[in-house]
Formats: sequence, C-alpha cells, structure tokens
Amino acid sequence: MEFLVCISKAPDTTTRIAFTEGDTRFNEEGVQFIVNPYDEWYALVRALELVEAGGGKVVIAAVGGADCDPILRKALAIGAHEAVRIDAQPEDAMQVAAEIAAYAKGQSFDAILCGKETIDHNGSAVPAMIAEHLDVPCIALCTSLNYEGDKAIMTRETAHGIEKVGVSGPFVLSAAKGMAEQRIPNMRGIMAARTKPLQVVPASGATAGTRIDRFALPPEKAGVKLVDADNPSELVRLLREEAKVI
Amino acid sequence: MKCIAFIQTKGGQASKASLEAAGFAAGIGETIAVVSGVLNGDGGLGAVGVGRVLQGPADLDDGQLGRLVSAAANQEEAHVVVCAQDHLGKAIAGRVSVRLNAGLIAGVTEPPQGDNYTRNVFSGKATAQVKGATDKLVITTTPNAIGLPAAGSGTASVEAFNADLGERKVEVLEAAAPSTGGRAPLPEAELVVSAGRGLKGPENWGIIEDLADAVGATTACSRPVSDIGWRPHHEHVGQTGIAIRPNLYIAIGISGAIQHLAGVNGSKVIVVINKDPEAPFFKAADYGIVGDAFDVVPKLTEAFKAL
Ligand SMILES: Cc1cc2nc3c(=O)[nH]c(=O)nc-3n(C[C@H](O)[C@H](O)[C@H](O)COP(=O)(O)OP(=O)(O)OC[C@H]3O[C@@H](n4cnc5c(N)ncnc54)[C@H](O)[C@@H]3O)c2cc1C
Ligand SMILES: Nc1ncnc2c1ncn2[C@@H]1O[C@H](COP(=O)(O)O)[C@@H](O)[C@H]1O
Repeated sequence: MEFLVCISKAPDTTTRIAFTEGDTRFNEEGVQFIVNPYDEWYALVRALELVEAGGGKVVIAAVGGADCDPILRKALAIGAHEAVRIDAQPEDAMQVAAEIAAYAKGQSFDAILCGKETIDHNGSAVPAMIAEHLDVPCIALCTSLNYEGDKAIMTRETAHGIEKVGVSGPFVLSAAKGMAEQRIPNMRGIMAARTKPLQVVPASGATAGTRIDRFALPPEKAGVKLVDADNPSELVRLLREEAKVI
Repeated sequence: MKCIAFIQTKGGQASKASLEAAGFAAGIGETIAVVSGVLNGDGGLGAVGVGRVLQGPADLDDGQLGRLVSAAANQEEAHVVVCAQDHLGKAIAGRVSVRLNAGLIAGVTEPPQGDNYTRNVFSGKATAQVKGATDKLVITTTPNAIGLPAAGSGTASVEAFNADLGERKVEVLEAAAPSTGGRAPLPEAELVVSAGRGLKGPENWGIIEDLADAVGATTACSRPVSDIGWRPHHEHVGQTGIAIRPNLYIAIGISGAIQHLAGVNGSKVIVVINKDPEAPFFKAADYGIVGDAFDVVPKLTEAFKAL
C-alpha cells in the first residue's frame, strides 16, 4: 500500500493568539509550531500501522514554504518514509487542495489521508476538495481504516451515529479521533529523519478562492457570577430568568 | 443574488442545521433548496424563506451529492451555495467548491455584512472576516450559531430534479448506529453537560447522566477523560475534539485548560462547577459554583427537576 498523508503546520495548542499589521496577519512571533494534531496523531500513525503490517510506503506532503520543513522532519521522525513540500504560500483550502491534487495526479497512491481539520483554519475543507479534483470518494470524519483484500473498510461519523462503509479503489479520508493512538518519536527515528528524502517541488500555480480581511479576538467575558453551593436552585433561576437559556 | 441551499433530511424533514443554512441563504437572496430523497410536504423549508425545492434521487454518496448540488447551481444560475458545516456538509461543500470553481468560506457564524463573512479561526480563540475572491461562493454555516429566522407562513413548491450523477462509489455496509443515545449530536446540541477528571472515575458518571437528563442536554467530556476510556471518543470537546456552541454549557470538574476552552468558548452561557476557586475555567464562565461535584450536582439535578 502507498499512502499520501497531508501534513499541515499549526501553532502549538497553548498559543495565545495575537495579530499584527492592523489585525490582518497572525502574529507568529514566539509561536511554537507543531504538526497539526489530526494529521499527526491519526492520519499519519494509521498509515504507518498499515504499512508496517502489510508493506508499502508512507509519503507525506505539505503545501508551504521552507518554514514547514521542521514539521515534515518531525513526521519523518515518527516514521514516514519520504516527504514532499509543494513550494507555495497557500492562502486558503482551495489553493492547498489544488496543489495536493496536482501532485497526487502524477502518482499512484492507494489512499490520501488528511486530518479532519487544521486547528488554525478549522475549515474541514481540503479533503473533499482533493477528492473532487481526483474524482474519488471522500470519507469525512473517519474513525477507523482497515483493509479486507483490496477493499478499504472504514467507519465514519454521521449526524445519526457511526456508519461502516467500504470503498474499492483510491479514496481520500479525513481522520478523526479513534483512528490511531499518538506516537512519540524515539531517538532512532529522529536520527533517521535527518537523512530521509525531503523533496521540494514547484507549485502548479493554483490560486485561492477567498481572502481574509481582518481578524478579531472574541469579546472578554464580563466576569463570573458565583452562586452558593447550598443553593443550586438560585442557579436554575438565573439560567431561566437572567440568561434565558432554559 | 440567487442561492442554492443543500438540505439534509431525516424522516422527510430538514435537519435543524440545514434549516439554519437555508434561512441564512434566504437572507442573502432568492433561495432554492436541494434535497436527496424523501421529503414530507416541503420539509419545513417554506417557513425559513425557501421558495422552491429541487428533489433529487435518494441514496447518493458524497461524490454524487456534490454533482447534484453543483448541477442545481448551474441550472438556476445561482452564485451562492450554502449548506450546514455538519458531518455531511464537510464531505460535500469542498466538492461543490471545486466543481463550480467557487471559493469556500467554511463555518460561518453570523449573517453576512455586505460581502464580509465572519467565521471562527484558531479553534474559537479568534474570528476572521473573510471575502470571496471568485465569482461564485460556497458557504457553510456552523450549527447553532446563526439560529433560525422567525418562522414565516410560506410553503415551498417541490419539483423533481436529476442530473448526471455518475456511479455510487461508497458502499454502506452498516447503517449508522446511534452514538448519543437519542440525545442531540454534540455539534448541534443547544444544551450540554460536560465533566472532567474531577469526577475521579467512569463509575461516577451517573450523576452527570442524571443532570443531563433533567436538563435535556447532551453529555460531553474533557480530553483526558476520553483518552483513558472513561467516556467514548465522540464526547471529547475542545481544540482537538469537537467544537461546540450550545446555548448552555455546564462544565463539572474540568480545570479549563486553554485547549479545552478553545472548543467550548463559543457557548452562549457557561456554568462552571469546580471545588477549586482558582480553577482557570471560572475566568471564562458566566455562572459558577465553588463546591464538590458529588455534593452539588445531585442537588442541582433536583433543582432542575423541580422546574
Ligand atoms: C496538544 C493538546 C491538545 C489538547 N486538546 C484538548 C481538548 O481538545 N480538550 C480538552 O479537554 N483537553 C485538551 N488537552 C488537555 C488539556 O491541556 C488539559 O490537560 C485537560 O483539559 C484537563 O482535563 P480536566 O480538566 O478534565 O482535568 P484536570 O486538569 O485534572 O482538572 C480536574 C479539575 O477537577 C476539579 N475537581 C477535582 N475534584 C473535584 C470535585 N470532587 N468536585 C469538583 N471539582 C473537582 C479540579 O479542581 C480540577 O480543576 C490538550 C492537551 C494538549 C497538549
Ligand atoms: N498547507 C497544507 N499542506 C498539506 N496539507 C494540508 C494543508 N492544509 C490543510 N491540509 C490537510 O487538510 C486537512 C484539513 O484542513 P482544513 O480544510 O484547513 O481544515 C488537514 O488536517 C491536513 O491534512
């Protein structure tokens, strides 16, 4: 099996978000970057498990500048075999997906695994877009992936619960919690990652379909109103009469 | 501006998240809804401002739905396609965006201001104003963010619709087994009762379930609680779990780490119950009780039942 895992760079989850240039840009100063958790913990690890069990390789791809290289090295340290960086500064999901699809079209991957969303853009948009470009199914919010012969068997979350589906032929999935367990890279992996191939390929020139005008921080809370532990009915009254939520 | 709204139905009725999406579209311009499969009457769509419904065939997979919605947009010469940012929306919207070469603004949380759309970014730690850069646009609306328009008295007309949908490629082997025990799914829930490591063990969740039943809420949990297997994965809320925006979020025995807050701070009202008055969650709360959950929660349940 050959898997392509789409890896994005995300600010560490403890980052306090701030903006610069008149609130038009994310302030990256002092920010630690990580592999987007869904891409790393679930998509990448599940692909590695399947290849360890049945042979093949895991290629990781990111659309971004040289600032993505440390993230790709981290994913190589976890066990990916090869990395590809598509050299562009993507502005939105449309651009990312078109670049990944353009790269994947020339290859023969059995499946393309994405995370369910990036924790900075929260679009959950890229996977279905890649699938449409390649005219293959997209299993969104996938919680398990196994093979029975050539057929991929997956479970996914739907509005009504958990559904089991099968796909023959290539597909894209977006990975949600449950698919695999996080792996911590060991020393051997980190050493090996230094010499694994990281290929930089030129972008195809795809453009974005949206642009961000301005960022804002949510309004501060007015402050908590404390209710005595012995008088929970007062809380119920406040929720009904003051907050009007019940 | 003409809009297409893609509607998910259950038992012939439009889902609440889809009605919100349709109402949002109707606020932008003349809206034509697209459904796949059975519809009872107009499925409730006329009341939110939809004039016509295009009814496509049933049992389509994501690729076919993408084609159906795109074909409807082409036929109607619509410039905006709207659907809910729910499970299905996440599988469809990107496909329509590519087919129509339309920019996608995902997870919009407010009615548009001119051509500016507001959405959450950084897992709810910030918002962004986004504009389309293409002639056409696809927009998904975050469930329970925008709400329903005041119900009108209109009825939508329903016409059969079909297009070249290609073949089905995803085989459903087992239909969805409910995971939330009849309660509203978390992303759409209006009321949520959530608990964390302060509960000490899975055997203590009875008081949480009782409170959730009394409130009519869906249950959720912090990440460590689902990681250790006290609760199922799909209950995990936060930056790396599900992002929710209920009207009421009651957090019990949860410290309020930044990653937890990121997924829940869109809640309209937050109640925190924690025995530690210094717990960071109180800073993000509207109401709080400092006390032992094992003592406070059963009393609170009684107080809700007394309503
Ligand atoms: C990359 C990353 C991503 C993460 N993503 C998420 C996420 O998506 N969601 C998430 O929730 N966490 C996430 N976390 C974990 C997060 O940092 C916290 O560790 C976690 O939220 C803490 O869970 P908790 O509040 O249940 O437990 P604790 O931090 O242990 O807090 C327990 C709380 O219960 C209180 N308590 C104890 N006993 C009682 C009692 N008898 N009655 C009342 N109160 C009591 C304590 O005072 C304390 O405040 C993430 C962490 C990382 C590193
Ligand atoms: N710049 C990028 N390079 C590679 N993959 C990406 C990039 N951005 C997003 N992805 C993939 O698409 C998924 C969903 O992203 P999004 O649509 O932004 O929420 C992520 O979890 C990644 O797997």
